[in-house]
Amino acid sequence: MDLALVWFILIAVLWTGYLVLEGFDFGVGMLMPIIGRSNKGRRVVLNTIGPVWDGNEVWLLTAGGATFAAFPEWYATMFSGFYLPLLLILLALIVRAVAIEYRGKINDETWRSRWDYVIIGSAWVPAILWGVAFANLVRGVNLDADHQYVGNFFDLLSPFALLGGAVTLALFLSHGAIFLSLKTDGEIRERAEAFARKASLATVAVAGVWAVWAQLAYSRNTWTWAAVALAAVALVGAWFSTLKGRFGWAFIANAVAIVGAVVLIFGAMYPNVMPAINDPANSLTIDNASSTDYTLTVMTWVAVIMTPIVLAYQAWTYWVFRKRLSIEHIPEHNELTFSKG
Amino acid sequence: MEALELARWQFGITTVYHFVLVPLTIGLSVLVAIMQTAWVRTGNEKWLRLTKFYGKLLLINFALGVATGIVQEFQFGMNWSEYSRFVGDVFGAPLAMEALLAFFLESTFLGLWIFGWDRLPKKLHLLTVWAFAIGSTLSAYFIIAANSWMQHPVGAEYNAETGRAEMTDIGAVLTNNTTLVAFPHVIATAFLVAGTFVAGIAVYWMVRRHREDAGHKDLGMYRTAARFGAGVMILSGIAVIITGDLQAKLMFEQQPIKMAAAEGLVETEQPAPFSLLAIGNLAGDDPASVQHLIEIPGLLSYMATGDWNAEIEGLEELQEQYAERYGATTPDGEEIEYRPNLAVTYWSFRLMIGLAAFSAALALGILWFTRKKRTEMPGWMKTLAVVSLPMPYLAASFGWIFTEMGRQPFVVAPNPTGSDQIMLMTMFGYSTSVSAGEVLTSMIVFTIVYAVLGVFWFRLIQRYAVEGAPVVEEPVVRKDDDQSTPLSFAY
Repeated sequence: MDLALVWFILIAVLWTGYLVLEGFDFGVGMLMPIIGRSNKGRRVVLNTIGPVWDGNEVWLLTAGGATFAAFPEWYATMFSGFYLPLLLILLALIVRAVAIEYRGKINDETWRSRWDYVIIGSAWVPAILWGVAFANLVRGVNLDADHQYVGNFFDLLSPFALLGGAVTLALFLSHGAIFLSLKTDGEIRERAEAFARKASLATVAVAGVWAVWAQLAYSRNTWTWAAVALAAVALVGAWFSTLKGRFGWAFIANAVAIVGAVVLIFGAMYPNVMPAINDPANSLTIDNASSTDYTLTVMTWVAVIMTPIVLAYQAWTYWVFRKRLSIEHIPEHNELTFSKG
Repeated sequence: MEALELARWQFGITTVYHFVLVPLTIGLSVLVAIMQTAWVRTGNEKWLRLTKFYGKLLLINFALGVATGIVQEFQFGMNWSEYSRFVGDVFGAPLAMEALLAFFLESTFLGLWIFGWDRLPKKLHLLTVWAFAIGSTLSAYFIIAANSWMQHPVGAEYNAETGRAEMTDIGAVLTNNTTLVAFPHVIATAFLVAGTFVAGIAVYWMVRRHREDAGHKDLGMYRTAARFGAGVMILSGIAVIITGDLQAKLMFEQQPIKMAAAEGLVETEQPAPFSLLAIGNLAGDDPASVQHLIEIPGLLSYMATGDWNAEIEGLEELQEQYAERYGATTPDGEEIEYRPNLAVTYWSFRLMIGLAAFSAALALGILWFTRKKRTEMPGWMKTLAVVSLPMPYLAASFGWIFTEMGRQPFVVAPNPTGSDQIMLMTMFGYSTSVSAGEVLTSMIVFTIVYAVLGVFWFRLIQRYAVEGAPVVEEPVVRKDDDQSTPLSFAY
């Protein structure tokens, strides 16, 4: 198999890792006020991702770096073409990182509630925009003969792309609620489970419509029906598992659904990495966007050695912090205030 | 302004801002790891208190450093897509390696360290802070390797068919001699920043505590921290000077025009003096008006080559050489100015060196006043400590401004002994598909968001520093079935 294709698949794997892991981080952020409610409840919710969210986000940096190294043309066209959506995502990620860390540093109601707005808002924005961005990849964009993006921000907001945003939003909400059902106890857990049952049903509906639409209207390959089927079965399975109270299975099913979605997105584009809708000849393909075989060989070695190591120590982190959290676990605030000293 | 200028300003603003935070993270992560190691080995509570105290400040700093670092990886593609197309085959590899080898390590183990005090056995928990510190340092290596390739491209050849630079030797890229001197210089600077930070805050507390109570039990702890910081400052200061000297000598070979600009050396001279103060039109449009008021004869020749009597080429001659070798005009027929902005390079180079002197004064003051178990310091040491805190930060920032501005008009500077095709003028590197309005929007938004976050960052650092080292309890590892004891730390 040629190396460029290997890297096309590896980048899909990196995005899968990112969406599975930061998917629930965003879900948890959005659900903080709904499921957490009181200050201590919110802290329970936030602390379920406390030790891991930063490591989860590195999957994005790795996907970005790998795209740069393996497909420079794709990286260049996509990042400059999706300029404003990426800007919004970046701003959300910036303020989110700071908000999570700074929220509890000052013991003051106003301080906390302001950072809470930031944590919540900065989860909603990328949860929607990632879906919009991926839907645009599936649909294709206008590219000129030099593979430059032609168009503006509003060209990226087609109904299909907006529905894609709704899919990631619904998926991350249900994913976050299922994660919270597994990681919390007491009243928080009850609320999370109840929310997960509703959200996973909504996800089945929204994602189902989008996947069939993507397949019928835009997929360049018939075999991606298999991915549509996989995602659909997994999402129904996730919903069913939430009804049965089997949240471990629901989480796994959701992860499988994300695998199906990424296979659909990448498979629908194949052999393009960025299809041009104005003229297919202008498309960026696995072949014309990739790096040299030498660079890909070097990167393959690095990825083959490092990815299992990263997976091992990240898995260990989840093992260390495997215990459920409840309100009793949250220490009283003993942080400083700005007023004295 | 056009998209090109805006993209340059945006890169400058976001990068300098990011790099104000990074040296402290790199240096302090190692210093905190050393403090925690001292606690685990000696069991002395003062080391645990210092670990928690400086560790908290490290976390406040790290959060903003991570947040602003994400932008760095994305903006090559967003604002500099033509640059990315040209260099991606080479430049992307160290960035991807940075993520896979360093960022994962750094971020994952930081989470384990922050939340792991009551979950992991003491020694295992100690390993997590070291993994975090090693990850931070490794990330610096890869990003310096990427940057060094822009200063001195090696291990690649030009492919006329694809019109881009293509990697031929990853070993050469990662062991670029520019990297091998720049990395120790940057790391030594990071330790200078962190040493000054640790010592500066400790001195503030020594003076304050001693005034309140000359026998206060915390005095010994802060004295330890001050001397520890001073030791780090002296060792790293020496390393900064040695590596800086090596780097300067290498730059005279690799980018002579950058160094001539740093010295305001207009005409070729033999021997060349080192300029301490220059006046005249340093803006670059009339280099002939530059007048050097104070000079040290022969020193520049010595700095560049090790020979007090060597000839050093000046800007005028180098401009002609570059024009002959790399072309006199752009495709539009405009004359290419190979001389970087003289005022920026000349003054940033001097500020970089001059500001670092504050750290030297502070370190010597500490060693003197804390000799033989003394804990009393004069009040002016507190002032010196507080004034010194930002100085190595500023010095490091000026160092970056110098090295990046001095490379202009190139974004990838040609290697004098390499391929003449592997070079890229900055004016051909920006994203042509992005409008000036879009770049302006993002620049304004980033600047405002960074400014607001910077205020919170500063207030928190200040607030926690002024609170002093916390009273601590010996960490106890939680039992698995413990459902009622609160966690030792939670957001």
